[in-house]
Amino acid sequence: MIPAITFKNNGINFKEKAFKKTLTLLAILAVVILIAIFFTLLINSFPSLKALGAGFFYDKTWDPVADEYGALPFLVGTLLTSFLALIISTPFSIAVAIFLGEYYKKGIVAETFKNVIDLLAGIPSVIYGFWGLFVLVPVVRVIELKLNLPPYGVGIFTSSIILAIMILPFSVSLSRQVISMVPDNLKEAAYSLGATRFEVITKIIIPYTKSGLFAGLLLALGRALGETMAVTMLIGNTHSIPTGIFSPGNTMASVIANEFSEATGKIYTSALIEMALFLFVVATVINVIGKQIIKRFTI
Amino acid sequence: MRNNDLINAEDSRSDIERQIAHRNKKNKRFKGVVIGATIISTLPLLFILFYIFRQGISAINWHFLTNLPKPVGEAGGGVANALVGSILILLVSCIIAIPIGIVIGIYLSEESKSKLAYYCRLAVDVLQGIPSIVIGIIIYEWIVRPVGGFSAFSGSLALALMMLPSIVKSTEETLKLLPESLKEASLALGVPYYKTMMKIIVPTGLGGILTGVILSIARVIGETAPLLFTAFGSPFMTTDIFKPMSSLPLIIFNYATSPYEDWHQLAWGASMLLILMILILNIISKIVQRKWKVQF
Amino acid sequence: MESAILKVRNFNAFFGESHILKNINLDIDKNNVWAIMGPSGCGKTTFIRCINRMHELTPNATTSGSMQLNGEEVYEMNPVLLRRKVGMVFQRPNPFPTMSIYDNVIAGYILNGIKLSKQQKDEIVETSLKRAALWMEVRSTLHKKGTFLSGGQQQRLCIARALSMNPEMLLLDEATSALDPVSTSKIEELIHELKAEYTILMVTHNMQQAARVSDKTAFFYLGEIIEADNTKTIFTNPKHEKTQDYIRGHFG
Ligand SMILES: Nc1ncnc2c1ncn2[C@@H]1O[C@H](COP(=O)(O)OP(=O)(O)OP(=O)(O)O)[C@@H](O)[C@H]1O
Ligand SMILES: [Mg+2]
Repeated sequence: MIPAITFKNNGINFKEKAFKKTLTLLAILAVVILIAIFFTLLINSFPSLKALGAGFFYDKTWDPVADEYGALPFLVGTLLTSFLALIISTPFSIAVAIFLGEYYKKGIVAETFKNVIDLLAGIPSVIYGFWGLFVLVPVVRVIELKLNLPPYGVGIFTSSIILAIMILPFSVSLSRQVISMVPDNLKEAAYSLGATRFEVITKIIIPYTKSGLFAGLLLALGRALGETMAVTMLIGNTHSIPTGIFSPGNTMASVIANEFSEATGKIYTSALIEMALFLFVVATVINVIGKQIIKRFTI
Repeated sequence: MRNNDLINAEDSRSDIERQIAHRNKKNKRFKGVVIGATIISTLPLLFILFYIFRQGISAINWHFLTNLPKPVGEAGGGVANALVGSILILLVSCIIAIPIGIVIGIYLSEESKSKLAYYCRLAVDVLQGIPSIVIGIIIYEWIVRPVGGFSAFSGSLALALMMLPSIVKSTEETLKLLPESLKEASLALGVPYYKTMMKIIVPTGLGGILTGVILSIARVIGETAPLLFTAFGSPFMTTDIFKPMSSLPLIIFNYATSPYEDWHQLAWGASMLLILMILILNIISKIVQRKWKVQF
Repeated sequence: MESAILKVRNFNAFFGESHILKNINLDIDKNNVWAIMGPSGCGKTTFIRCINRMHELTPNATTSGSMQLNGEEVYEMNPVLLRRKVGMVFQRPNPFPTMSIYDNVIAGYILNGIKLSKQQKDEIVETSLKRAALWMEVRSTLHKKGTFLSGGQQQRLCIARALSMNPEMLLLDEATSALDPVSTSKIEELIHELKAEYTILMVTHNMQQAARVSDKTAFFYLGEIIEADNTKTIFTNPKHEKTQDYIRGHFG
């Protein structure tokens, strides 16, 4: 016989409801946090928005001592490093994505390279910066001497190279995901018509995945725009507009990192937060658009 | 006539053959380029690992792990406070982020079609894309400024905010893959919904959830930017999470950008330590993923 | 006189707009085995899922009408408590993959946080597994994972799991359709034996099976009960044309 065992039933209804409430509340919390982040940045940017207006983005002088806050040099620095990094890394990331998504999908080669790329993504930004400072900077200095340029070593170019390495794993994983979505029957149809692999890749896969690959690049760009530590260590931190790709400069993220904890005065702090707001908005727009494209693509 | 035809046919056949040969050559060359570019892409990792291990290996010893940093000019010194700080800060962020992340993940997998789920998913996506330095500023404005001082706790909050999205996503994705019949089996036994979720669904998906958690720890363990204005750093050994605290990435940044050779040495050691920790976390996550796979 | 353990009156079930069960009336007597038959999609699964209120777990699924278990209105009870009284076995075996065989049997207690002594646990496990005709096969491997068993064994484990809760009623939804003939006949024997203590409702597509093990049969067609009577009557002397067609294998 199965012994008769009485179940305690007190509070099942209450606990059931409490559990569901908790789930809902925390889901709401995630949304609230995001909204709060936006408003925190917005409200703290008010003094700067009011005092500087649109001039914030086209004034060339950033001189806290003189109470002048023109963020143009940093805007230029940010865009320059990010796009340069994207240009450097894209051929490689597409190649790796094709390698992993088409040539070596499975097996030990694929696993090895996948793990290497994953590790590349796992190395902290500060270590990239440190390594860049001691290995890359001397190399760039030599190049600059050869080119008859002032041998800063640090600067836009150096930062872009490190950034390119840092965003590579990110765009690889997105592009690979997209490339693996190409239906097999499409490829087989092309092969059955006598197409070579090269032709399948360039005439079937790339056109089919165009929008997805673009989204991958966009999201990688978003990453590069906000990347802080490595760039801070390698860009030279000057407050003037960069004159070329080998010149030192500064990005918005690295200005914040360098100056935020020492910033005195309402407008100074607020101007830095306005840059954070700008980074937040740009990153969010890029992120939402990119993910939307990828989502539409994968369905 | 006939002859002529034959000649033409011959001609075009060799034409076709030539064309095929050309296409094959192109095909091969392309494969070569792809493989070459892939190999080049992995070189930075090898360079970086090689360099850091070469520099770091001589720095790491017992003394290094158990001593505090020395002032400039004195040789020796260690990173004990940064090591303890890193672990403490992470521990607190885990305590905050893991339960919240898992619960949100449960919500998203259970109510996947609701309006709130849509906005929540969007918020989590956006949260994941926020530059880490911005997170630092946010926590500074939320905690550090009102309280009036840097603290390890605020650093933990910043890292927790960075861990949250990936924990949410891995939980959601893991739980979505579990068969509905599992939940029904439990509910049909008269097990309340909340117990079904916590005692059947979450434990069955534990492998996937844990993998996500470990990877998110590996991702934030080296984060520096969000700690600059929160945990801030400290030359002392402290376990009071409401005081400023050192951490490995912070001392790497501070020492790497200092002009002193001794400090560079410490930074190499700390970098190697950090990379080892990340490697180990990655390996653990792989093991968990493989070993904890639930068989249906 | 037999007393009806389950009384269904003017019962309807819906998935959103679509009306799946239409005006169902049925009395289920204690210690009877009922077979629920009918062509695919006629609402058999929906019906038995309404009895333990699993139906309402589907979004937009609703019901109307009355259903009484031992005189108590099912749709006014707490569904959790109801499900402890009405056990269910699904079409596909679904043991808990994280639990041992032993824990699977007493999962209802473990998950509900009921503290049992070692002795009580052993007793429940042994009795339930014996009733489910699985004891001899697994007595030496009780601490292995339940998912290592064969499909038929897993299904009997699920039956043991349902029996361990001492339900008043047992619902089987095509419980043998995924099993081989040997496991099937074991489960059929089992149903025969369980009748003494439980009231059983089984959905089946297998007419021989219904004829072999059930006392009564209800024939469903397009969401309605066309005929419900003694199994013998249904099979030898069906009153309704549709039932005749079905029995003769004209559809379904
Ligand atoms: N989740 C659902 N949402 C909407 N309609 C459903 C859902 N589940 C079942 N239905 C519909 O309800 C009707 C009855 O389904 P049910 O599963 O009860 O049939 P059944 O008699 O058990 O069939 P079978 O013999 O194939 O198991 C079917 O027409 C089906 O299409
Ligand atoms: Mg069915």
